Amino acid sequence: MASTALFPARLAVTEFKLYLREPLAAFFGIVLPLALLLILGAAIPDFRKPAADLGGARPVDAHLPGMMILLSVLTVAFSVLPAVLVLYRERGVLRRMSTTPMRPISMLTVQLVLNAAVAALATVLMLVFGHLILDVPYPPMPLAFIGVFLLGAVTMFGIGLALAAVAPNSRVVQGVGAGVMFPLLFLGGVWLPRPLMPDWLRTVSDYSPAGAFGQALTDVLANRSPSLLHLVVMAAWATLGIAAATRWFRWE
Amino acid sequence: MPIITVENLHKRYGDKVAVADVSFSVEQGEIFGIVGRNGAGKTTTVECVAGLRTPTSGKIKVAADLKQQVGVQLQDCSLPDKLRVGEALDLYASFYANPVSPAALLEEVGLDPRQAFAKLSGGQRQRLSIALALVGNPTIAILDELTTGLDPQARRETWGLIERIKERGVTVLLVTHFMEEVERLCDRVAIISDGAVLAVDTPAGLIARAGSSDRVIFRTSGSVAKLSTLPEVTSVVVEGDLVTVTGDANVLHAVVLTLPAGQVSELRSERTTLDDAFLSLTGHSAT
Repeated sequence: MASTALFPARLAVTEFKLYLREPLAAFFGIVLPLALLLILGAAIPDFRKPAADLGGARPVDAHLPGMMILLSVLTVAFSVLPAVLVLYRERGVLRRMSTTPMRPISMLTVQLVLNAAVAALATVLMLVFGHLILDVPYPPMPLAFIGVFLLGAVTMFGIGLALAAVAPNSRVVQGVGAGVMFPLLFLGGVWLPRPLMPDWLRTVSDYSPAGAFGQALTDVLANRSPSLLHLVVMAAWATLGIAAATRWFRWE
Repeated sequence: MPIITVENLHKRYGDKVAVADVSFSVEQGEIFGIVGRNGAGKTTTVECVAGLRTPTSGKIKVAADLKQQVGVQLQDCSLPDKLRVGEALDLYASFYANPVSPAALLEEVGLDPRQAFAKLSGGQRQRLSIALALVGNPTIAILDELTTGLDPQARRETWGLIERIKERGVTVLLVTHFMEEVERLCDRVAIISDGAVLAVDTPAGLIARAGSSDRVIFRTSGSVAKLSTLPEVTSVVVEGDLVTVTGDANVLHAVVLTLPAGQVSELRSERTTLDDAFLSLTGHSAT
């Protein structure tokens, strides 16, 4: 029966419409990272010059797109997804749904797919416009790039779901989401590129989900294999996040 | 055969007993009310019936598929602000195997499908909530405090809607603390106090249990001593020139015939109401 499907079409379409009616979610997930990539890449000449720290590559080739993809994924995973789920729980939307044949977990899968799709769309747009405007090469290892993107997305969404699970209300989840997101963006190297970090900070960054994801993205965009450490770190955070979310997520 | 049977329902949260011992049964096609004060255990009881909570002990039998055939309207449940009325109904219709037409239902509850949830008034939200409970074409509708917070006009409109639901053959389990609502809608009613059932009866039966007594109230400057000797009268209370005479169903007639014309003003008679019955059964008022 269609109504008990894990990914029900009508629910997905309805939630998609609601997503479009909250333009801020699409702005921070898609427009902001794309605009930052294009504006910073075009406005700062040093971003388009080969850099010694990056082994002679231009920052705009791998570092900047890597960081902006990280920004997009972190935004939807820590800011948009938990806020919607906690709001739906707080306002009884999930509880109301639990009286019908529809299972509330369907709402979770729909929201996950929707937000992952937004991050994926932002990433595709950044790669295409980056290529057209800044001459950023397309990912030289497309399968490795897709693999790293998916692993990183699962990691960040897992942690985002854990936040949604433990947050008591929607105001707290927004604060906590931002409180987690900004330090992670820093550890990921958005403000201070990882090669410029002091050793101790880079070690902390290596073991953080964002440092591992950001470096792995940059590596595959620069035609290098991601380090095993970063893949293991991401898998470990993904497992932790999903386990915590499964353990503590409440529908009401 | 009852469509809902609840036997010795007991629900506890830790040390706190929400429902001590509740039993009742609901017949097919009736509007069955559950009344009591806030905190009496009404909501917990119906949430157990709807399968949203698991009883600590006791038996609940519902002769219908809980998800497909029982429509539920809950307190404190809202929808996303920007969801439109028509979209909400289409969405909920998609959850069920045999939904009714959302368009026809919208017309019945009188809502504009294009309106966003955030823009609806309290009465409109309640009507939408009822429509969502009915869109799956249920055989049972469970409605919890559906007119709380509505103005009298919106409340009457909602009552009309419930009566039309009943005409369609839907059995309604209605939680309320408004006695006027019970008198208008309910075929039978269970009075719950402190997690236990005090009485299950028709509204008229409950009034009769409370000792149906009529009152005649008037002002007079003359003597009323003769009234206490009448067989129809059980008591006479005089406060200044205000006299309250209590007695059986013929007391009004007897009082009017006994008192001389021209000495009586502001005469009115009162019957026992469901409020009085509730008060005498529980020792406190419902609201």
